[in-house]
Amino acid sequence: MKILHVILLPLLFVLLSGCDNAGNAPEKGDQTPSRYLTIKGSDTMVHLVSTWAEEFMNMYPGTELSVTGGGSGTGIAALINKTTDICAASREIKKREIDLAESNGVNPIEISVARDAIVVVVHPDNPIDTLIMTQLGSIFSGEFESWSQVGGPKQPILVLSRESSSGTFQFFQEKVLNKKDYAYRARLMPGTSAVIQSVSADEWSVGYVGLGYALEVGDEVKMIQVKADADSPPITPSEETVKNGEYPISRPLLLYINGKAQGLVKDFIDFCLSKKGQQTVRETGYVQVAE
Amino acid sequence: MKLHGWQDKAVKLLLFGAASTSILVVLLIFLFLGREAFPFLKEPGIKAFFDTRWIPVSFQKVRFGLLPLFTGSLLITGLATLITIPFSVFGAIYIAEMARPAEREFLKPFIEILAAIPSVVLGFFGLIVLAPLVKSIFHLYSGLNALTGALLLALMAIPTVISISEDAIRSVPISYKSASIALGASELQTILRVTVPAALPGIIAAVMLGMGRIIGETMVVLMVTGNAGIVTLMPFESVRTMTATIAAEMGEVSFGSIHYSALFCVGVVLLLITFGLNLVSQRVLKKYGMMQ
Repeated sequence: MKILHVILLPLLFVLLSGCDNAGNAPEKGDQTPSRYLTIKGSDTMVHLVSTWAEEFMNMYPGTELSVTGGGSGTGIAALINKTTDICAASREIKKREIDLAESNGVNPIEISVARDAIVVVVHPDNPIDTLIMTQLGSIFSGEFESWSQVGGPKQPILVLSRESSSGTFQFFQEKVLNKKDYAYRARLMPGTSAVIQSVSADEWSVGYVGLGYALEVGDEVKMIQVKADADSPPITPSEETVKNGEYPISRPLLLYINGKAQGLVKDFIDFCLSKKGQQTVRETGYVQVAE
Repeated sequence: MKLHGWQDKAVKLLLFGAASTSILVVLLIFLFLGREAFPFLKEPGIKAFFDTRWIPVSFQKVRFGLLPLFTGSLLITGLATLITIPFSVFGAIYIAEMARPAEREFLKPFIEILAAIPSVVLGFFGLIVLAPLVKSIFHLYSGLNALTGALLLALMAIPTVISISEDAIRSVPISYKSASIALGASELQTILRVTVPAALPGIIAAVMLGMGRIIGETMVVLMVTGNAGIVTLMPFESVRTMTATIAAEMGEVSFGSIHYSALFCVGVVLLLITFGLNLVSQRVLKKYGMMQ
């Protein structure tokens, strides 16, 4: 569960890196101090980045990576203050933040390492196949209460959401609900698997999950094709449409560094974009950006 | 053995310290909760609690109404208690008064096993098995509602309540029953008119302790009640309890924010309720001399 990831993983890393430190103490004398890296930022990416860091430390013994969450904003602020080597962000850096960085002598460089896409799912028996972004917004904010309002049968819409602590909750709220509040009758599910379980059990429910997860569960739920607006073609969510940017409910997962990558920072970023690193992207439920 | 004055005092102090540790811990918990909750009472103030919506994360306006969470916990606890009482009271009467020794040897361990099932396992069972069942029996749109949660919580409370009620029934003096039988009452009349009324305070206390367990349970309600913050007393609606709210939101709340202290306020309310329930049930037990 998310709670566990965010609390335990960084903790685990502190412990792991501590062990590493003790085990390689004699060797450490030969290493330059640059064998230590901090990565800070997006809570959504904590799981992915921690997994990378773990694999990276296995590949390069003697290196220490510390991964902490706190949110994309926190990570970018840390990069500007030079308190982190790498910032993980699930949104692009703002103009204001770039100005602030430059005035502080920091030159943020963006590297796209993965993509996150959210899929709207309904019960397989639901006749609705396609929805427009604005319709999705009205459904999840509670303005629409019956499927007949989007061309379906006269049945109530059962809205399922994730808990407000979830990064997905906030991304979906920003992108699809246009920052409106979720319907107050929305059922808040404690995890992705609970959303899938409910959608597959209740005929008139609608929920949202990460693309990686939705592709895995197969026929238990139906993925909705999304139109960006009334005149756009419907886009089926898939790795392909996410990668080429056609699918509207997706966002880039980025790393920001200060200046051109070199030394350990470069090694780490090369690893993230390597075949093995991108394999991890798929395993943690996101979409690869490089082959 | 007679101890010297100072040794006597030292041992006494040691024992007193050991005995009062739990009191100290309870006090410290109250203090800690109070300290974390206090900022909320200053800003935005206690009035914010009487809102009817709980929207802790919003781009519009955050709202921290305790009402939906309070009614949610109330509804679940009430329903679960209603389900618990008949099962556990009849069960306890049977085990204490009617069951043969062999039956009792068989029944008691099984009831105790029920108490040992981890709540997360019970919650999973509820999500996969019970929720679809409730949905199809009552022809609902979804099985994630207050009733499903209450059924599972009753399952968790029944062993505790049976166990304590049985003790209460068995502790009714044999002379009461003998007198009743001697006056020509049947066995059933004796149980219903003499034994159970005599054990009633113990049974009431058992039910209240069960309620304490129900209201504090977290995992099950988080998994099967749907967690929608609706102010309602309808059993087929989805509800959000105080415990589930704390469990779901505490993990990622930013330290020291209004949301953070609001969650601690919810914790204080919860603690006061369970504290009150325990206090009352202990009073009842004590008053009727059923506590050693």
